[in-house]
Amino acid sequence: MRAQRHEIGAPVTVRADYPIGHIRTPVYIRGCTGTVVRYLGEFGNPETLAYCLPTEPRALYKVRFNQADVWSDYQGSLRDTVELDLYEHWLEGGSNA
Amino acid sequence: MNHDHDHDHDHDHQSDDKVHAYYQILGQALKELLIEKGVVTAAEIRSAMERRDSITPVNGAKVVARAWVDPEYRTRLLADANAAVAEFGIEMPTTHLVAVENSPEVHNVVVCTLCSCYPRDLLGLPPAWYKSKAYRSRVVHAPRAVLQEFGTDVPDSVEVRVHDSTADMRYLVIPMRPSGTENWDEDALRALVTRDTMIGVATVDALSSSKFPIPIAD
Amino acid sequence: MRGPHDLGGLDFGPIDPEEHALTYWEKQIDAIRAVIGSKKIVSTHENRRTIEQLGHDIYDTLNYYERWTAALQRQMVDKGILTQDEIDQKIVAVRKRLAETGELEMPQ
Repeated sequence: MRAQRHEIGAPVTVRADYPIGHIRTPVYIRGCTGTVVRYLGEFGNPETLAYCLPTEPRALYKVRFNQADVWSDYQGSLRDTVELDLYEHWLEGGSNA
Repeated sequence: MNHDHDHDHDHDHQSDDKVHAYYQILGQALKELLIEKGVVTAAEIRSAMERRDSITPVNGAKVVARAWVDPEYRTRLLADANAAVAEFGIEMPTTHLVAVENSPEVHNVVVCTLCSCYPRDLLGLPPAWYKSKAYRSRVVHAPRAVLQEFGTDVPDSVEVRVHDSTADMRYLVIPMRPSGTENWDEDALRALVTRDTMIGVATVDALSSSKFPIPIAD
Repeated sequence: MRGPHDLGGLDFGPIDPEEHALTYWEKQIDAIRAVIGSKKIVSTHENRRTIEQLGHDIYDTLNYYERWTAALQRQMVDKGILTQDEIDQKIVAVRKRLAETGELEMPQ
């Protein structure tokens, strides 16, 4: 297994890219900055698996975002968060980047 | 016909009805062709239907009730949920289960905004509303308003944490054990745990539960 | 930029919390998908991609298991497992049965 690229607690920013294809990074979270809360292991890249092609494992992270950082019009409490499972190639920043 | 109640109501309903009728027939046609060609067998389809019918939220309720009464089990469940549910004979061969625990500080709620990821091997098929466009679109952006529609008020002092199942993880919410149930045994507690509390749109409330079980006498 | 499936942050109105028991037809589609998946004919990833590529009009018009059915048709044709001709002929046969017996399913 490859070394974890992002440490728990590291800030990461989701790429603000809009490729055509099978993308498991929802549009609403692209460009947002959050914090890695859990390393989930390595998984095949769904963007490649969706086309029945072989793929190398990718690190998957659970990343927590403050809702107020995701939505400019967020109506809830400032404590509220949203967490997504994001592959390493969608994340920038962090300890070694 | 069972609509999702999530389609765009601007559509021409008469032509939509023709479309729905076509897809019903198409589904049947595909099944028959796949059986005739030996791609699948009727027995395999029947057995998959039986397997689905056999999985219900009771599985999850067993897991939650055990976590409430057994701190060591709770620790194992939070550390490796697949292994912890396997102790009940529940196999989740193709998905990675993650248990998230409600507390006085955090209320968890689960969604899949991109499709309908759900811990099917633990809780069975998701309810229609979980798959609806209304839930998928709104719960990440307005979780408190959505929770209120389910009758769940979360105070501002509590963090609402939404889990968007975007990858290979499936999420199980461990609701908070209600106060006043300290002397209840595991079976009585299990009866309090509903599907919606394990998705996180509801909380377990012993006093208002319509399925209020008789506490075990001291 | 947004595919028809990527709904987070949009607003599709109030949630209908009503319980809808699945019909036999829906359970059957679910089961076919499970079998096709377990035989590694079409993976979950590929199935999701096919559904996303149905396009906005089909995605928005069809309900949940109809989308799965549409995706299954496309996958079987794309992989050369079934031809559109075969499917069309079978649809004629199923329609005829439905008109005569009122049942989708073949009599046992």
